[in-house]
Amino acid sequence: MVPPPMNVSVKPPVAALPEAPLYESAKKNYPQSVHGRFRTVKWVLMAVFLGIYYLLPFVRWDRGPNSPSQAVLVDIPNTRFYFFFIELWPQEVYYFTGLLVIAAMTLFLMNAVAGRIWCGYACPQTVWTDLFYAVERWIEGDRRERMLKAKAGLDARRVGELALKHGIWLTIAWWTGGAWVLYFADAPTLVKELATFEAPMVAYACIGILTFTTYTLAGHLREQVCIYMCPWPRIQAALTDEWALNVTYRWDRGEPRTSIKKAADLRSLGEKAGDCVDCLQCVAVCPTGVDIRDGSQLGCIQCGLCIDACDTVMAKVGRPFGLIAYDNDVNIERRLAGEAPVYRFIRARTLIYTGIIALVGAVMLYALSTRTLIDINVLHDRNPLFVSLSDGSTRNAYTIRFLNKRSDLRTIELSAAGVPIPTVHVIGEEPASRTIVAVGPDQTREVRVLITVPPAARIDKSNAITFTARDVDSGDTATATDHFFGP
Amino acid sequence: MATNEIDAVTGTPTTGHEWDGIKELNTPLPRWWLWTFYACIVWSVAYWIVYPAWPLVSSYTTGLFGYSSRANVAADIAALQALRGAKSIALGKTELVDIEKDPALLAFARAQGRAAFGDNCAPCHGSGAAGSKGYPNLNDDDWLWGGTLDAVYQTIQYGARSGHAKARENQMPAFGKDGTLKKDEIVQVASYVRSLSGLTVPQGVNLEAGKKLFADNCAVCHGDDAKGNQELGAPNLTDRIWLYGGDQDSVIDTIANARSGVMPAWTDRLDPVTIKALAVYVHTLGGGR
Repeated sequence: MVPPPMNVSVKPPVAALPEAPLYESAKKNYPQSVHGRFRTVKWVLMAVFLGIYYLLPFVRWDRGPNSPSQAVLVDIPNTRFYFFFIELWPQEVYYFTGLLVIAAMTLFLMNAVAGRIWCGYACPQTVWTDLFYAVERWIEGDRRERMLKAKAGLDARRVGELALKHGIWLTIAWWTGGAWVLYFADAPTLVKELATFEAPMVAYACIGILTFTTYTLAGHLREQVCIYMCPWPRIQAALTDEWALNVTYRWDRGEPRTSIKKAADLRSLGEKAGDCVDCLQCVAVCPTGVDIRDGSQLGCIQCGLCIDACDTVMAKVGRPFGLIAYDNDVNIERRLAGEAPVYRFIRARTLIYTGIIALVGAVMLYALSTRTLIDINVLHDRNPLFVSLSDGSTRNAYTIRFLNKRSDLRTIELSAAGVPIPTVHVIGEEPASRTIVAVGPDQTREVRVLITVPPAARIDKSNAITFTARDVDSGDTATATDHFFGP
Repeated sequence: MATNEIDAVTGTPTTGHEWDGIKELNTPLPRWWLWTFYACIVWSVAYWIVYPAWPLVSSYTTGLFGYSSRANVAADIAALQALRGAKSIALGKTELVDIEKDPALLAFARAQGRAAFGDNCAPCHGSGAAGSKGYPNLNDDDWLWGGTLDAVYQTIQYGARSGHAKARENQMPAFGKDGTLKKDEIVQVASYVRSLSGLTVPQGVNLEAGKKLFADNCAVCHGDDAKGNQELGAPNLTDRIWLYGGDQDSVIDTIANARSGVMPAWTDRLDPVTIKALAVYVHTLGGGR
């Protein structure tokens, strides 16, 4: 920690204790429009995220005649997940565990570097709320107009505006639900079915639910979701440290707040005047309605719009940019002490988070690149464990399931090793081909298999046995181990 | 005495009652809550009309549409049977030998057969069909009456010594009890028979005498080479499998007193499709020929 500066004449502003009653209805926000760097970034990201979300189901990916040609598809009836060149089966759900670990660590890493930028730029709640605010601003006008209209009574024009706004909101919300269901079925077919009212009931129900949640969360609850419903602000507060960049009001520069004129007078006398002109633009543009000058707080989603607003004002009053900026308290203290600010991105926590992301990512990549598209599961008969035959040979029976993850039919040859001279017999196959099993495209097949060891063979009570499934055409193999029991 | 007044602190009217100086504020339920409550009452009356509700002396009010949860269960069971029905019909129509060639039908037959086996056959043959003394192991390759699908099917249908007209029928003579063979002759035959399977026999027993006795008394059914005869249900005596035990005493006991296990006929107890499924199941356990 940086030692406290010695001769400091200004003090950080202290947020006034709320004197409001414990329970009150939420104050409605009327965020003002703003232009600037971070606003542009937010527009671009919004376009990218919404574009991906709404259009991805229509992207095609050729997987051959026996598999769906949708790039991203959650095929629940057939229990398959398709993602471009990847097809996952239910037993490979551990990949999602890896993805979730990476997602959590990425969130933590973002937080260690620049606070809640996930909240400010990428969270669906922020993206959709931002879009809904844009619609509201486009129809009802900017902050002041909206506040006046909210106070004034209803007239025909106002009713028309409100109807139009809620209509567009509901349309966006409906599209949001509509795009969601397209991830679970062939998108063009489902669109056609939806339009002709032939789609399954569950599709309409899902669209209805998501329309409701989107309209409610993005249109009405808005920042209440971030402040009261979301757990991340609480977790984030526990995970952060003094080096993380947060949207920070540099009170070392801003205090004392003075009017432009008075500041000029003070400066001409050689006295210190703060750069903050108390114009309240930072509060006006804030989508969650906080005053960033009160310091880091739960309501702040780190979107940087107040930075844009403040920079605009600073340009007008001829003071340098960055009175509000991504910064931290350490640097405020250092500047007050006359030292240069330092930014530390390489810290124990960022290294650990990056390390975990790299490790889990590497493990997943390795698993994905070495996974076979053929697999074999073996279950030994529990009763009887072994059978002695009339000539003295010993036989064990197994239930074996072959998995063919390719989109064409495979011919699989089964062999066993580990016991002397094992004879393999797949029940249901002709004597000439008792080791050969055909498994359909993208399917599994379960067969009963008998392994017989001749009487002369010396075997223990329990012997390790290895089953190998080999694709006759491609040579792909999969193995499984089990036991072979003897008398 | 009840008097209405406004409470000075809260500005809320009181109920007008006073108990030892304590007054009660009148904060009525919200109107929407009250109406929801009334609507629920009306709704519950609708329930009485639509669904079975009130017990009467010897019956109950049945409701408008005759709803019954028991009928729902019956409908579900019927739907399940209809679902199975299609496959059952396919199973019934398909020739026994063709069932094992169709993987889907084979899986269905084995599942049906496994369930029927557990219900009907497991008490004697064991849940895994491994058998026990006197009850054949159906997993091995030794068959008294034949291990082909048709033979297994016939055995399940009519049983052995079951009393059914078409039952598998034979009777081994009780050579000791009937006095056909003397005690030491039985020991000679038993020793000879065991020697055929490579088992060690007691010292000093005349195996040649045993061989002659076997040819005279046993070969009729078990064959000159003692390899048995499935037509007659006579077991192969040269293999390693002994239904009633292969030690000297057991074999002597078998020769002296004979064995005649009984298997019931299932044709009158189970439907033909189930018997077919059972035959496929037993045949695919591993011993099938």
